[in-house]
Amino acid sequence: MVAVIGLAYAFPVLYLVGAAVGLGPDLWEKLASTAAAPLRNSITIAVAVAAACAVLGTTLAWLVTRTDLPGRRIWRVVLPLPLVIPSFVGATALLAAFGRGGLVPFIPRIEGFWGAFLVLTLLSYPYVYLPVSARLSTTLPSLEEASRLLGHRPASTVLRVVLPQIRHTVAAGTLLVALYALSDFGAVSLMRFDTATRVIFASRLFDRSTSLTLGLVLALLALGVAAAERLETRRWRPATGVGTRQITYHLGRASTPALLMVAAVAATALVAPLAVFVSWVIRGSATVGVGYEGLGDSLAFLLSPALGSAVAAVAAAIVAVAVTFPVAVAAARPRGRVPTVAALIVTSVFALPGLVVALAVVFWAVQAPGPLAGLYQTFPLLVFAYVLHFGAQAMGATRSAALDVPRLYDDAGRTLGAGPRRRFLRIELPLLRPGVLTGAGLVMLSTLKELPATLLLAPIGFETLATRIWGAAEDGFFAEVGITSLTLVLVSGVLTWALLLRRELRR
Amino acid sequence: MPNTRMRLFAATVLVALVAAACGGDAGDRRLTVYSGRTENLIGPLLERFTAQTGIEVEVRYGQSADLALLIDQEGDRSPADVFISQSPGAVGYLAERGRLRPLDDGVLSLVPSEFRNEGGLWVGLTGRVRTLVYNRDLVDESQLPGSVFDLTDERYRGAVAVAPANGSFQDFVTAMRELEGDDATLAWLRGLADNGAPTYANNTSIVQAVARGDVPMGLVNHYYNIRAKAEDPTLPTENYFFPGGDIGSLLIVTAASIVDAGDQPEAATELIRFLLSEDAQSFFAGKTFEYPLAAGVEPASALPPLSSIEVATYDFDRLGGGLERTTSLIDASGLEAP
Repeated sequence: MVAVIGLAYAFPVLYLVGAAVGLGPDLWEKLASTAAAPLRNSITIAVAVAAACAVLGTTLAWLVTRTDLPGRRIWRVVLPLPLVIPSFVGATALLAAFGRGGLVPFIPRIEGFWGAFLVLTLLSYPYVYLPVSARLSTTLPSLEEASRLLGHRPASTVLRVVLPQIRHTVAAGTLLVALYALSDFGAVSLMRFDTATRVIFASRLFDRSTSLTLGLVLALLALGVAAAERLETRRWRPATGVGTRQITYHLGRASTPALLMVAAVAATALVAPLAVFVSWVIRGSATVGVGYEGLGDSLAFLLSPALGSAVAAVAAAIVAVAVTFPVAVAAARPRGRVPTVAALIVTSVFALPGLVVALAVVFWAVQAPGPLAGLYQTFPLLVFAYVLHFGAQAMGATRSAALDVPRLYDDAGRTLGAGPRRRFLRIELPLLRPGVLTGAGLVMLSTLKELPATLLLAPIGFETLATRIWGAAEDGFFAEVGITSLTLVLVSGVLTWALLLRRELRR
Repeated sequence: MPNTRMRLFAATVLVALVAAACGGDAGDRRLTVYSGRTENLIGPLLERFTAQTGIEVEVRYGQSADLALLIDQEGDRSPADVFISQSPGAVGYLAERGRLRPLDDGVLSLVPSEFRNEGGLWVGLTGRVRTLVYNRDLVDESQLPGSVFDLTDERYRGAVAVAPANGSFQDFVTAMRELEGDDATLAWLRGLADNGAPTYANNTSIVQAVARGDVPMGLVNHYYNIRAKAEDPTLPTENYFFPGGDIGSLLIVTAASIVDAGDQPEAATELIRFLLSEDAQSFFAGKTFEYPLAAGVEPASALPPLSSIEVATYDFDRLGGGLERTTSLIDASGLEAP
């Protein structure tokens, strides 16, 4: 089963290998001459953004789940949302927000590497923040209590007891950030930072071998990063202890700076883009009767895309979690090579630009035999493409949760005479639940902003908010970009709340 | 409870699946259009076409280049009947790969010969003119260049934004190669690079950068600034058309074609004929600010007349193949690195 799933995820890479095989050695020379610098830039930005997100995501998660930070319930709804803003929209909005001619002229505008770094960090820290938040709700209070009783101060307890327990969850989220940064085209191109994805896009029509081979290079890089992350967790032994009520740390005098930091992140990652969207809507459009014209115009046109987005995202989240669950659980156990390889393949697909994944699905779907060919450009195939592209997110979150299930619990269950099925359902599954839900949330938010697969593979006439935003941005209809982006953030907020937060906040 | 929630999700998904499945039921005449032109720029016309002819039209919107790749990848199984391209490069790519069906002479002759493919594989729908957009607070009219070739002068150092990875800039460079030769084109590109021309992702971001005053001028298609000013009339940006038929204000066509794998060539021909009718061409002139190419429709009054503008008369079959050379020239010029 795990092998079959791994094989399905290998299809995009096989498609790229097929394209790269048979190309002479001159192709590699050509790649070395034209793509070396962009590729170096890709690696630089991926490393920098991953490091920044690891620190930022973990800090935010700790502050809102384990401290008495004021307003933390509101922050929990707000902080995951930047993940849903498509990077090209986020970059456009931040460029319009700051600097000369911007909404806030006295804050300087930045472009180039630092601009791309800022946008990608602000939009992708939730890849770390969400899993770490979930993990922090399942760490073992008894260990922290022991540390306190032994005389450690809170800061020392966090560093010596809490951090080691969440270390590999941070690593798994950081991996997702690195892969996302490798695959991004929107933010880097608008911030004018030249990466490998620029070469992939610029050469896709006239020089497909360069384009596809470079895609393969990205996939190989991803395999390397994923393998490194696995080494980190190889000798992982989950901690054992008791207790369910998490300790709340009192920030005391650190409360104000902590609050300022969280507010600053929310302000740049969410409030600034939202303010720009609102300003575009208020400014409106005088373009005679084409598209949305601003305040007062009917919003009925958003209904069908909003529904399309919600249905696609929920379906992708459920299927992705279900499909990757066996791989995630198997890969978390020290058992054989197959799950390890399958997990690496699932992970590598996430580093490919969405267009490459979409074209690979088209390639295989149009030559599928018999009834399978009838699936082409249907909703199930679209969901399949999402699950292929974003499966790594669901798998990563589930796998980190599975790594933390203490083996002792299972042994205890066995001693008490429970069979394997009962032990799984009663012991492991409840402990995996926060991780699985987080994985579903990540896939859901990623699907909400997905563009290339939706454009190429959706049933004809199927619209999402993201495709609407793209269409409006393509032609410079900013009032429409604004109102549709606001709707996207609203829909995402509602879905995130329903999936991840409803029960927790009621508590 | 999770169970209720799961059931609700499952029900939603089921409804979507059923809806998707039912959508496939074909009526008598139903056309599938792959459109690089976005819904805002063609959707109202397609509705009018259905109202007039009873032919249902289903549209897949996307980037012209991506849709061309998709049609090529789909091959004989492509569901597309009609491909509408924003750029001659994408339609030329499909012409070269043998994915297009020759159009009727009756349709081709609706458009002057310089706006259509020599082999009759596609026909121009509208024209877009390359212009120099400038910020009137930063640039005095007297400082504007007489020709696009003047932009490599020292006095325009760092002042002219370009979008080298963008399809419309590449189409423009290809046209320049056809008209002026590779050597002159490369020299011009090098001149821009040596002159420190800042590079941007696309036309829209150049217009915004010029409006903000980040860069005084930029090379773009004419309608981006017109639309930007429709949204915000206070913008200090102006379009400058190079005078005297200068290649800097070249007209580049958007095109319509019939996909060879489609099974509705008559209905497809009817649609293209409709898009070249006075009704449709007036829509393009009035609503999207492009240059109409057929039916004697005049462009929006603020635009210079078509007769004053240089038209690229290169062979588009060569353009599709020639794009690789174009981008390698751009690469070689050093313009890429931002």
